[in-house]
Amino acid sequence: MTQYVRVKPMMPPGHVRTPMYLRGKIGVIERSLGAFPNPEDLAYGNTAQALPLHRVRFTMAQVWGADAEAPNDTLDAEIYEHWLEPADAP
Amino acid sequence: MPHDHHDHDHLSPSGHPYRADDDTSLSYWQTMEIAVRELLVEKGVTTAAEIAAQIETMDARAPSNGAKVVARAWTDPVFHAALMENAGDATRNMGFDIGPLHLIAVENTDDVHNMIVCTLCSCYPRNLLGLPPDWYKSRAYRSRTVREPRSVLAEFGVTLPDTTKVRVHDSTADMRYIVIPARPQGTENMSQTELADLVTRDSMIGTGVAKTP
Amino acid sequence: MDDPRAYHLSMFDPDNPTRRWHDMGGDAAGPVPTDQHDFSMWEKRVDALMIIGAANGYFTVDGLRRVLEDMGEDAFEKMTYYERWIASVNRNLIEGGAYTTAQLAAKMAEVSARGDTYGDAAAPK
Repeated sequence: MTQYVRVKPMMPPGHVRTPMYLRGKIGVIERSLGAFPNPEDLAYGNTAQALPLHRVRFTMAQVWGADAEAPNDTLDAEIYEHWLEPADAP
Repeated sequence: MPHDHHDHDHLSPSGHPYRADDDTSLSYWQTMEIAVRELLVEKGVTTAAEIAAQIETMDARAPSNGAKVVARAWTDPVFHAALMENAGDATRNMGFDIGPLHLIAVENTDDVHNMIVCTLCSCYPRNLLGLPPDWYKSRAYRSRTVREPRSVLAEFGVTLPDTTKVRVHDSTADMRYIVIPARPQGTENMSQTELADLVTRDSMIGTGVAKTP
Repeated sequence: MDDPRAYHLSMFDPDNPTRRWHDMGGDAAGPVPTDQHDFSMWEKRVDALMIIGAANGYFTVDGLRRVLEDMGEDAFEKMTYYERWIASVNRNLIEGGAYTTAQLAAKMAEVSARGDTYGDAAAPK
């Protein structure tokens, strides 16, 4: 079963590692990487909880729509789990 | 002429100009660097020797290290499997001092071409390959690679057939990436040392391909 | 202002508050530049200070990035890479308590009085 996930379209103003161009986009988990300290806390010198980190694969068509240079090319990015929610196939 | 040993036109062994340093007037940020360094030594946080050793450690990290990893992956199936499973451990076990680096190897074939970028800053597998090239940190590369990788590749002289899928990897968090370029044709009888000479820095970022002999 | 996040809230573009300048993936831009230089000693020292400061627990790479991001787009365009890094390393070290702003000011004055070039200022007699 392919697990589709959507990157939450949150717009917090602080230090985050989820690129704007992927927010709201749907991809599949390519692999899970284990837990890593939350950079959103580390950036401020605060105690950081370890959070599951996933590599999510998107098609260029999903990310850029009709503007995609080659729709079937793909883009992988590492996204922390608190930025992901289950989604249906796009 | 107290400064005539500094020649602005002088090129380093790599063929690139040295960035202006001792031979230009002291800048505000250079003043800050000296001050920060001396304060850390005076406070006992570090020592001059430790700073020198760290610089030496970074200087020893270079694309040639990655090239040896690639050449071994091309010729040693057991190592290749270990590298694809956990590139950090495989590289450490090969003897490279890469610290706690979390490394993922992605492999180019006739069907897939991988390419690495960091859109948010300049993440790079520096503990293996050394410091990134200037273009890797540029606005143009960071902005365009995720949107028009084929156009960026064309600027680097790499043109792929439509049947080859491009996979862009945005280094957004804790992993770093090395591309294992496709092994060139006509290299069947070459040694690992000879093969490593074919592996360029750019071929391990995905903006180039391995040289043909 | 005890919580650094309160300060951080001001660090956005008033015309586009949800998009931060460093988050540039997908933007239009010109050709990838091909210029390349070898790192000078002062740049290598900045790099080493970042590693050593982090190794001693004063900050993390995310702390380095946070300050670089908060320095804004103008700094990205007008300062070199390691100029931005030393500014961020310094601020993280002060935030982490490695030394005080007053100590930095005194040391910078002492350094710049040593001479007009990096070579002279970096080598106290």
